[in-house]
Amino acid sequence: MAMEMRLPVARKRFSESLGRETKKHLVVPGDTITTDTGFMRGHGTYMGEEKLIASVAGSVERVNKLICVKALKTRYNGEVGDIVVGRITERRRSAEDELAMRGFLQEGDLISAEVQAVFSDGAVSLHTRSLKYGKLGQGVLVQVSPSLVKRQKTHFHDLPCGASVILGNNGFIWIYPTPEHKEEDAGGFIANLEPVSLADREVISRLRNCIVSLVTQRMLLYDTSILYCYEASLPHQIKDILKPEIMEEIVMETRQRLLEQEG
Amino acid sequence: MAGLELLSDQGYRVDGRRAGELRKIQARMGVFAQADGSAYIEQGNTKALAVVYGPHEIRGSRARALPDRALVNCQYSSATFSTGERKRRPHGDRKSCEMGLQLRQTFEAAILTQLHPRSQIDIYVQVLQADGGTYAACVNAATLAVLDAGIPMRDFVCACSAGFVDGTALADLSHVEEAAGGPQLALALLPAAGQIALLEMDARLHEDHLERVLEAAAQAARDVHTLLDRVVRQHVREASILLGD
Repeated sequence: MAMEMRLPVARKRFSESLGRETKKHLVVPGDTITTDTGFMRGHGTYMGEEKLIASVAGSVERVNKLICVKALKTRYNGEVGDIVVGRITERRRSAEDELAMRGFLQEGDLISAEVQAVFSDGAVSLHTRSLKYGKLGQGVLVQVSPSLVKRQKTHFHDLPCGASVILGNNGFIWIYPTPEHKEEDAGGFIANLEPVSLADREVISRLRNCIVSLVTQRMLLYDTSILYCYEASLPHQIKDILKPEIMEEIVMETRQRLLEQEG
Repeated sequence: MAGLELLSDQGYRVDGRRAGELRKIQARMGVFAQADGSAYIEQGNTKALAVVYGPHEIRGSRARALPDRALVNCQYSSATFSTGERKRRPHGDRKSCEMGLQLRQTFEAAILTQLHPRSQIDIYVQVLQADGGTYAACVNAATLAVLDAGIPMRDFVCACSAGFVDGTALADLSHVEEAAGGPQLALALLPAAGQIALLEMDARLHEDHLERVLEAAAQAARDVHTLLDRVVRQHVREASILLGD
């Protein structure tokens, strides 16, 4: 069996090689954002002695009269309409529940769902009232920080490279083989247990490694960035993508393509 | 034979520092990807690692949940290799429990717990090498870890220890200075408002001297704040550049 070892070496911070500066207003807790009392305070701020003070470390975002501070890394805060992917850990044990749900969803199942409502203490209630949602069958789950998943119109993507991906707002990303028949989506309650071909498996593994490398370099995840990263990684072997030098190279190429596409 | 001279006539301490001088501080945030927040700090030879999980659902008994705020749970542990003699019990002993309690009191004062009712925030601190000022290093590391996790806080919590030798207040004591047996004080400060989160001393000090020692500790904590502030800003700036605009 081939093994690879490497010695620890000090690596240059990746952001220096980008040579850019950020235009955002960065704050740390205790910093005064403004002394103007006309603003409404949003997340990440609190009012103290006539001043608006930051409570997290991040960038200040201002929308008209609302000021909030977006922290670098946060736990997922649910909002109505978000798509989430998750695993059932516990369920209510009542008689009606037994009869109705036991046949379909069990503890340990992976599901995709939409946020229906958010309670005042932060808990969310989910629903799977559409054939899009439901139990997830064969595929790969990647867990990333929720702040790296870009908010888009749709979070279900069929990538042209041959696999499909669900970008959960809670940071759980599900990669699965594109179903052949369009009516059978990833959901429903019957899991598709047909064997997946080797070519599909390779595409899924490559996608998974690409997502991991994008996350390590703290890039936002959305269908275009994942696709460009996939294409940039094609010259390399799937297992080489996770090596630090190759990761940097691929992500750098992805960044450049995205910049060209914008400008 | 004279004993170890903690403060020479020219005003130098055992390790060559001046009375109010801090040891070299180096810190890093985000050292563990799997935890919600993590940080590592070195104050001289004292090395501490802090890891934060949360806010999440209360583990164990639901009855402990507070209806209007989050529960802060702190655990302190020092590695068996952290002191000169190998320690037999890394956690569960009296000193660790007391430290855990002090850390909890400190962070309950600083974290805005009302924003996360019925949930729990876990802070685990481990001392890898203890050379004096362990409480201070733990608080500083935990502050950075809580910031890394994105948990809202009123302000930084910066801590430093201080002692009193030969009529002079010394800041940031090393193990040699602590072991000498003089009075020593640990102070945790919220620098922007100048509020004290925790003040601890278990020695005898004449009240005339208290103000001087307290001021030395407060000034040292403010110096620590300057350093930690720089570390956090650098970290935020880098992440912001990587994320793009």
